[in-house]
Amino acid sequence: MGLEQFINEAISPWLKDDGPDSDIVMSSRIRLARNFEQSPFPLIANQEHLDGILYFLEKEFNHQSFANYEQLEFVRMSDLKPIEKQVLVEKHLISPHLADKSTYGAALISKNEQVSIMINEEDHIRMQLYFPGFQLDRALEEAFQIDDWLEEKIDYAFDEERGYLTSCPTNVGTGLRASVMMHLPALAMTRKLNRMIPAINQLGLVVRGIYGEGSEALGNIFQISNQVTLGRSELDIIEDLTSVVEKLIEQERHARTILCQQSELELEDRIFRSYGILEHSRIIESKETAKCLSDVRLGIDLGYITHISKSILNELMVLTQPAFLQQYARRMLTPHERDVFRASLIRERFTLEQREEY
Amino acid sequence: MECQECKQNPATLHFAQVINGEKREIHVCHQCAKEKGYVAHDDESYSLHNLLSGLFNFDTEKLHHSTPNKTAERQMECKKCGMTYQEFAQVGKFGCASCYQTFSAHLNPIFRRVHSGNTTHDGKVPKRVGKDISARRKVKELKWKLQQLIAEEEFEEAAKIRDQIKEMEKSLNQSGEGDV
Repeated sequence: MGLEQFINEAISPWLKDDGPDSDIVMSSRIRLARNFEQSPFPLIANQEHLDGILYFLEKEFNHQSFANYEQLEFVRMSDLKPIEKQVLVEKHLISPHLADKSTYGAALISKNEQVSIMINEEDHIRMQLYFPGFQLDRALEEAFQIDDWLEEKIDYAFDEERGYLTSCPTNVGTGLRASVMMHLPALAMTRKLNRMIPAINQLGLVVRGIYGEGSEALGNIFQISNQVTLGRSELDIIEDLTSVVEKLIEQERHARTILCQQSELELEDRIFRSYGILEHSRIIESKETAKCLSDVRLGIDLGYITHISKSILNELMVLTQPAFLQQYARRMLTPHERDVFRASLIRERFTLEQREEY
Repeated sequence: MECQECKQNPATLHFAQVINGEKREIHVCHQCAKEKGYVAHDDESYSLHNLLSGLFNFDTEKLHHSTPNKTAERQMECKKCGMTYQEFAQVGKFGCASCYQTFSAHLNPIFRRVHSGNTTHDGKVPKRVGKDISARRKVKELKWKLQQLIAEEEFEEAAKIRDQIKEMEKSLNQSGEGDV
């Protein structure tokens, strides 16, 4: 399979569109946790209960369409190879927990991969909805519609006092986790973000790196999400998150301007060095890839690099992960082989870009 | 430092407990820690997991006192899924929807910690299952509005609202029969 076709199939269709503020906000996500009233939660439920839920949801929702989310496909975890599950994880369509721990897990995924409903993960149902760029309001609105649509067939576990009942006490109430994925290179470079995080935490919001482990944020990509789910309405939660994200966008743009004014040559040097590495290296680790991609994307946003499409950061962050590389190679790869394959995939991707110019 | 419980052995476990913002330091020997329920099992080390789930266990004293009483302990077991409060405290996850009722008395402090002081839901209500709940919320809202209108001497408008409330309460009573 050629690279172009591979990329077309690998990148979720919705991710190819630009959303509002997409120079900084890569995507917005809404997740709602729901449970069946009658069945024990998946962590302690027996096979019979979990099979019952799988059977019911497959019967009611497989191949169904709702609004723009067409042809939900019911995928059982037990039918997938480990590498196929890993690819779904790397696309953020399912969680690592569903892939590794949920024997009776499944997912209903829409054709455009914008909606994914995880089944028998920690809760019976965890629906998530993605939008490109900064579109939390719209994402919430549509997630509510999907929720209502599911509720026509399902008796949700709901309590007047506690709200939607979930397996973990940290999700009870709205069951909502709203998150925004942001590319914040200037705030990270100038170390301003670290100083902003404590204030953000005080609002009941969390900032963390989405790629990489622990506190490290590969590619300067950060996820901002709500922690509190009880006692605040969904709209209030979204409003808080929105105002913080707006502030971060403003601060990031400001930091970029200052960087350009104060150290233009250094910045330009850094961007083109990274560009050179991506275009010419023969062996490259994921960490270096992420750093260079972040620099190149910043270079595109600031107008230093003009002949490469913006989507290269989103695309290559996904494609250069271990499972995708192995799928492209069509075999298992050792870590060193992965670094070689990663370098060659990136080079090919850049060549593709130049070809498109003519 | 000697153990604050038995006052004999040297204290080998030291930790701080924060209850309602008040910090209390605890210094105990391993033996007393086990007896008082600070440590779960004999040969189990005090793992990170214990520390984390300790979040749910801060009313151990209350729990400890009720432990000798077999019936009290049985009451703390979810009738539907069989999960005990001890299991819940250890895992930090509920077993089923009914657990919320069973452990209800212990949940407010946990929720307050996790959700910035909140204990009750404010937000979406399911359309079908929560039809009555939505209606009750609406009635509450209307009653509040009624008070305001009366205070503002808008009696004509107030009368309309009053009739609306009566109508809604009537249908609520009909549909609510048997779901106490």
